[in-house]
Amino acid sequence: MDTNGNKYTFIYASAMVIFVAAILSITALKLKPFQQKNVAIEKKQNILSSVGIESTFANAESIYAERIVNSYIVNFSGEQIEGNAFDIDLKTERAKPEADRKLPVYECKTDEGIKYILPMYGAGLWGPIWGYVSVNDDMNTLYGANFAHAGETPGLGAEISTKAFQDPFKGKKIFDESGNLVSIIVAKSSENAPAEHKVDGISGGTITSKGLQAMLLNDFTSYKAFFTKKKQ
Amino acid sequence: MSEGLFSKKNIGLLGNPIGSNNPITVQVLGICSALAVTAQLKPAFVMALSVTVVVAFGNVIISLLRNTIPNRIRIIVQLVVIAALVIIVDQFLKAFVYDVSKQLSVFVGLIITNCILMGRLEAFALANKPWPSFLDGIGNGAGYGLILIIIAFFRELFGSGTLWGYRIIPESWYIANGGFYSNNGMMILPPMALITVGVIIWVQRSRNSKLQEK
Repeated sequence: MDTNGNKYTFIYASAMVIFVAAILSITALKLKPFQQKNVAIEKKQNILSSVGIESTFANAESIYAERIVNSYIVNFSGEQIEGNAFDIDLKTERAKPEADRKLPVYECKTDEGIKYILPMYGAGLWGPIWGYVSVNDDMNTLYGANFAHAGETPGLGAEISTKAFQDPFKGKKIFDESGNLVSIIVAKSSENAPAEHKVDGISGGTITSKGLQAMLLNDFTSYKAFFTKKKQ
Repeated sequence: MSEGLFSKKNIGLLGNPIGSNNPITVQVLGICSALAVTAQLKPAFVMALSVTVVVAFGNVIISLLRNTIPNRIRIIVQLVVIAALVIIVDQFLKAFVYDVSKQLSVFVGLIITNCILMGRLEAFALANKPWPSFLDGIGNGAGYGLILIIIAFFRELFGSGTLWGYRIIPESWYIANGGFYSNNGMMILPPMALITVGVIIWVQRSRNSKLQEK
């Protein structure tokens, strides 16, 4: 058989593409439930980790059910609106104008009272970065933070997901003394900024660090009305 | 069958890529991922394993198809086979070892562009039977993986003071804790990986006279 003829080549290529497409679709469909479950569990782990509760893949769901006592959605003016906070996709919310965004809030019971957990979403160097930040009931002091990323460089930008980077966020302040929103500055130690608003950035991961700083400022701004309302 | 499954020739297929015909240090292929994923040991190991699986099965599939593949589109056929295998590996990592898959992130997808894979499929599997092709794939994957792990070992040890995430250099040695030691920040940057590869090539060439050019 002539394997170099045009007809043969066309049929071969078409058959191969259809066959491979079928195999990949079946694999993706069959594995999707496992993957989605992993993603949901990881989200719960991340939410818990932002208030310093460490959970394993196995016990995350039961701890979450016990600790997260309330979750709801607020809008840009701080009013509570209808919907399930856990199902909000931050990426689509970020694409909307600020006034239309749905902003999830999780309330978590800890030994030191109720903490408010706010999800964050922004851009790193290679792709999206996101995280959860927990705030004390003074609506100013951070209680903890957890960050994750899609594709930052291992050993450099990817360090935002390590404890060493996240721990210093605890105790930092979002507002200055006169009540202006300063957010958190992520910079090298020689950079001049008030210590209560500043954490150390990552050597070799400057663009990721700056992306994280922009993400925090952006999302704290969205929640500003909610903070003001809660403070009263 | 005229020769045994583990004849001298077949063992050579397995062993040569690890030593005197190493894809990274001798053929200088697959350098980009060797620089990118070797800042820590664990991602380097999983990357090595994934590449080995893909190159071994890619070799077998191309070898089985070798008499049917139209010559003019053979590169495309090879790419489709590699891409399909890589996507399947990626999906399985995401479903069953989610944490590792997250650590490797984009680099699993980038296995598709690894020159070693195309090199083996084009140079070996197209002209050989499935079993030798399988051994050749395993050998090349292992040769690639060995170098990755050696580089990652030195980079993680001197760059972060840990191995596989566990602390090796005691905290009390660090200057911040009143000691004398400081991590070498250069080690976690890609240029140091290139220099480490260079040192490995230097050591290998000085010990193996066959590799020395006149």
